[in-house]
Amino acid sequence: MKVLIDHISKVYIDRRGESTEALQDIHFAIEENEFVVVVGPSGCGKSTLLNIIAGLLSSTSGQVIFEGTQTDSRPHTAVVFQDFALFPWRTVLKNIVYGPEESGVKRKEQFEIAKRYITLVGLQGFENKYPHQLSGGMKQRVSIARALANNPLLLLMDEPFSALDAQTRTLMQYELSRIWEETHKSLLYITHNIQEAVFLGDRVVVLSRRPGRILDIIKIDLPRPRGEHLTLEKKYLEYADAIWGHIKKQAREAMEEAG
Amino acid sequence: MIGKVDQPRVEKAIVQDKTHFLQMKEHPWLSTASFIAILLLWEWVSQMAWVPPLFLPAPSSILSEGWTMLKTGIIFKHIFSSLTRILWGFVIACSLGVMVGILIGFFSIPEAVGNPIIAATFPIPKIAILPLLILWLGIGEASKVAVIALGVFFPMVINVYTGVKNVDPLLIKAALSLGSNRARIIRKVILPSILPMIFAGMKLGIGIALLLVVAAEMVAADAGIGFMILTAADLMQTKKLMVGLIILSLLGIFFNWLFQKLERFFVPWKQ
Ligand SMILES: Nc1ncnc2c1ncn2[C@@H]1O[C@H](COP(=O)(O)OP(=O)(O)O)[C@@H](O)[C@H]1O
Ligand SMILES: [Mg+2]
Repeated sequence: MKVLIDHISKVYIDRRGESTEALQDIHFAIEENEFVVVVGPSGCGKSTLLNIIAGLLSSTSGQVIFEGTQTDSRPHTAVVFQDFALFPWRTVLKNIVYGPEESGVKRKEQFEIAKRYITLVGLQGFENKYPHQLSGGMKQRVSIARALANNPLLLLMDEPFSALDAQTRTLMQYELSRIWEETHKSLLYITHNIQEAVFLGDRVVVLSRRPGRILDIIKIDLPRPRGEHLTLEKKYLEYADAIWGHIKKQAREAMEEAG
Repeated sequence: MIGKVDQPRVEKAIVQDKTHFLQMKEHPWLSTASFIAILLLWEWVSQMAWVPPLFLPAPSSILSEGWTMLKTGIIFKHIFSSLTRILWGFVIACSLGVMVGILIGFFSIPEAVGNPIIAATFPIPKIAILPLLILWLGIGEASKVAVIALGVFFPMVINVYTGVKNVDPLLIKAALSLGSNRARIIRKVILPSILPMIFAGMKLGIGIALLLVVAAEMVAADAGIGFMILTAADLMQTKKLMVGLIILSLLGIFFNWLFQKLERFFVPWKQ
């Protein structure tokens, strides 16, 4: 299975007829079991791209193609949003079984799926809590478990940790790395954080400022499992520096334009 | 030196909490005490016969009147009649209100059709429609139930509509990405999202229902609290009239308590 993002462009047209060009000719593929990170300055169209891939927004031109899949009713994607988007009226367990419920999985099996993912993300003991009783990090664990329980062909994450405080964020990056190494889901991860992109990704797609274009696609050749030790390695810093080079130039141009 | 003013020297100044007065103290005993005090004052004024009992009967005499009405069971007949009307009107209005509210909130064609109709009919005081309803449905139960239903329907439909419009679009997106279709979105996202608004509509609605049942029973009825109050007034039975008012107050308090409990039970995710 491979997901082809085939020359996607997006122009928003608002009620007054004014248009905003958000994405320009985005073209790349996500291979089976690959962890792809899209990094770019805020407002460059990252969320727009993710929503188009998730089928929550139409593109102006171009297509998203899942190659080599049997067309069944199973959802192709599941999304982890920055603001968690948990159903406040559902407990942790009931949030996680939402996807299986919708695809008609039997009660008993739903429960087993939930148990598996609750263990995977480390939420044992919180099954019957409501989202408002959880910390931000916990909420995002639930959201990740819910997405995984839906068994998507492609998992999409839109800046999932940017609503968290810096310490929790770092810990969640380690956690996600571990979870991904256990599941090897095809994953498209969006962030504006360069270190995060290098730490997590197999490949990093660097976007320009708006309208988002692909500036570079960088293969991150770092060993897995990745952990805290990685952040001190020379190669890691070199990758981060290369991406920063692109983004710095963009930011400069933006500042000069504004000034 | 320019700009330098001699400041009076102070040895020390202690910082005070300026928000102090904002912290409202609680006076649990005061509420009860003042309530009892007013009753006692009223009793005393009546006992002194400064006001004729016809205008202001003493609380004790109202209470004993109520007690006799309880014993003879006559009071239950009236309460039962009124409650039956309220219940029918309320149930009809709430179910229709929720359905219509979701329909016009979620689908564009019903919204385009429904909105102007609601905007045009909502401002009419519902009691003014009662004569028309009597003309259409006769003088019996149907017209009374209908006027209550109309009165409760509007706050419900408007609350539900507003609720649907304010459902977090992110939750809808989340549900869609997890495989829900439109019908399931309504059942599994919209409905739970608007539950608090439905309860708010019910609390508003019950006040209106009490008002309208009394009004309708004053126009035409042979039983009910409104009827009881009106006939008591006609016969100058002030005590009986007062009993009617107390029952209305108690009913209002009871329904508010009931809806509070129901909301706690059905909306456990809001602390
Ligand atoms: N619904 C919309 N209508 C018009 N413009 C939009 C809309 N959504 C996003 N935009 C604009 O498109 C650009 C990209 O937005 P977004 O994809 O959210 O960026 P990012 O996620 O990278 O921060 C922004 O300039 C934003 O203002
Ligand atoms: Mg975004």
